[in-house]
Amino acid sequence: MGQMDGHTGGDVTQAEMLTGAEIVLRALTDQGVDTIFGYPGGAVLPIYDAIYAQDRVRHILVRHEQGAGHMAEGYARSTGRCGVALATSGPGATNMVTPIADALMDSIPMVVITGQVPTHLIGSDAFQEADTVGITRACTKHNYLVRDVNDLARIIHEAFYIATSGRPGPVVIDIPKNVQFARGPYVGPGAIEHRTYRPRTIPVDHRIEEAVALMARAERPIIYSGGGVINSGPKASEALRELATLTGFPVTSTLMGLGAFPASSPQWLGMLGMHGSFEANNAMHDCDVMVCVGARFDDRVTGRLDAFSPGSKKIHIDIDPSSINKNVRADVPIVADCGEALSALVAAWAARGRQKGPDLSPWREQIEQWRARKCFAYPASTGIIKPQYAIERLYALTKDRDVYITTEVGQHQMWAAQFFHFDQPNRWMTSGGLGTMGYGLPAAVGVQAAHPSALVIDIAGDASVQMTMQEISTAIQHDLPIKIFILNNEWMGMVRQWQQLLHGERYSHSYSDSLPDFVKLAEAYGAHGIRCNSPADLDDAILEMINTPRPVIFDCRVEKAENCFPMIPSGAAHNEMILGSITGDEIGEAGKVLV
Amino acid sequence: MTRPPKSPRAQKSAARSGVREDPASAYDMTDAKEQIEHRTLACIVDNEPGVLARVVGLFSARGYNIESLTVAEIDRNAHQSRITIVTSGTNHILEQIEQQLLRLVPVARVIDVTQSGGIERELALVKVAGQGERRVEALRISEIFRARVIDTTNESFIFEVTGASMKIDQFVELMRPLGLVEVSRTGVLSIQRGKEKGG
Repeated sequence: MGQMDGHTGGDVTQAEMLTGAEIVLRALTDQGVDTIFGYPGGAVLPIYDAIYAQDRVRHILVRHEQGAGHMAEGYARSTGRCGVALATSGPGATNMVTPIADALMDSIPMVVITGQVPTHLIGSDAFQEADTVGITRACTKHNYLVRDVNDLARIIHEAFYIATSGRPGPVVIDIPKNVQFARGPYVGPGAIEHRTYRPRTIPVDHRIEEAVALMARAERPIIYSGGGVINSGPKASEALRELATLTGFPVTSTLMGLGAFPASSPQWLGMLGMHGSFEANNAMHDCDVMVCVGARFDDRVTGRLDAFSPGSKKIHIDIDPSSINKNVRADVPIVADCGEALSALVAAWAARGRQKGPDLSPWREQIEQWRARKCFAYPASTGIIKPQYAIERLYALTKDRDVYITTEVGQHQMWAAQFFHFDQPNRWMTSGGLGTMGYGLPAAVGVQAAHPSALVIDIAGDASVQMTMQEISTAIQHDLPIKIFILNNEWMGMVRQWQQLLHGERYSHSYSDSLPDFVKLAEAYGAHGIRCNSPADLDDAILEMINTPRPVIFDCRVEKAENCFPMIPSGAAHNEMILGSITGDEIGEAGKVLV
Repeated sequence: MTRPPKSPRAQKSAARSGVREDPASAYDMTDAKEQIEHRTLACIVDNEPGVLARVVGLFSARGYNIESLTVAEIDRNAHQSRITIVTSGTNHILEQIEQQLLRLVPVARVIDVTQSGGIERELALVKVAGQGERRVEALRISEIFRARVIDTTNESFIFEVTGASMKIDQFVELMRPLGLVEVSRTGVLSIQRGKEKGG
């Protein structure tokens, strides 16, 4: 990441004088931005004038600023480029806080421009004033309040550099209205070198040697890859595949890392973690060498930390030094860009020549035994649509197309991760770290804006989708034919599941009474609505959705009480997965306090 | 800019924390048995608006302690400030604090003053009121501590005393029975020994 487009830096002495608002648009253009997502308001009107006066940057008008933020995330995640969102001061900026925090947790490159009251009114509790840099300080990678138009162009270019380099993340630029009106010099992107911010991307040689030495002796190795591989760009995914092919190591991945390694490979173990596969979690527990690349030992992944992969040596590749030794101690820490480190490992492994390592076949046989448990199996039904079946059919009917999947958060998200398979990176957009219900619909709009002819499907739940439902209107306005595939069980399914398993079946406020009629809702917005109640009709209904050239809301009525398995209960270890349905108090007090 | 994690230290603390009889993991992360240490860190930062809030916010957001904090610009031309923080935690936490500080964009470097054997000093202004024998005793003790009298009335002194924090603690304790009124302290300042620049 972090490639600046080829414009050379301007010299201040011969710099063009532009208004602040013009500088914003010029800088976006020079950064190669073709689409921004925003909502106007008093403190950004000069920027909207500048948008009006040009046609190089397309503006997608949203219905709520949170939508703009998630759209920018979806755009970024599906293209590998920086997403850009624009909002006014005060409520515009505070509405943007959730997607900013989401982008920080999932390391999504995003630049958010907010308007601010004029500098002379800052601190006076002016109309629509909020301390945007104060509010977003804890949920951005960095943020700026631009007090002087002379700094504006430099700050915008710097913001893009910071957002996209190192461990990517969101950067907020807060621009007071008088700075948008003021005239100042425009300078181009040029070569950015920050005084204090210098991410390390190239691995240290001796660490690569140590890693290869460990890997070469491994009898029960595993590669555990994460979202960092996708953030690093397509070359990192290629290097991951090459390393797996060379070594023969099995590969598992986090929720955020799906697609970096092809699900069609026999070496693929499926996702790991709380709702990951039995084979992936058991292999993590029993391995002797773990190659963690671009993942951060999140609590959803590790389960009980003191019983996490007890017998293994751990190689941890991460571009962020603070990730290393944060939750799990690394034996071989490698601070580097995933792509660089994986390429170095591939080269070092290849340089070993044809040295014979330990025989991995007993390990493979063990893994096949775990795989044979068929942990994702579910009882089939001819009368009612099982949510797993719905995703299986959706996958089967769309896999040969140019398909992108986004999700909301909850059971449907986990079923999507389990039953929809990805062979390419950047095809899977989900809110992993923050777990933001309402992410998927606007993210799908952002993905569709970047890939107009692709099939973009938001796999949704009936509860999540209502959090940002209004963005269907954005999709209609901008002719972005997203498909919203709702697994409708009338419950907040994951909340219901936890209440069943952990809270004595006390279903407190997890049932959504008075759900809208999603088909009529679709029609009210000008979209196409489809409802399906029966497994027999499902294929035809999915095909109808695919073949509708407009936005579609698909109300897929599924089994109401289905639970998402397998599951590592809170406070349990990887080898203590629950495979089938349980009820009652299997989870200890210590586990219940965890989230 | 970023330092590689110090693996010997990490290994040592991993071994130390693997305290269970039958450890479920060689990587038992329970910190309960790990010793809490005090550490003085000096952050050299770009002196831009909000930089102190970023540093302090990091400590509160991640639940780290701040025992003392001092900050001032040290190079006007280079726009650099030095923030000296005394904190405490297990070795693992202290290592995280250092790495988390380095993630902040305006932080140029973090110097572990304690581990690199730096010098720490604090300045205190101490107001003592009293008459007769107690007043004489306060003055006598102040001489032992090489404190300066910077203001006096017939019934009070203000002493200026510098030194390690512990020395100031002692001075304040000795003044307490002699009519201590109030204390103002700068917090800890630090610098590296020798001719080299810190960090």
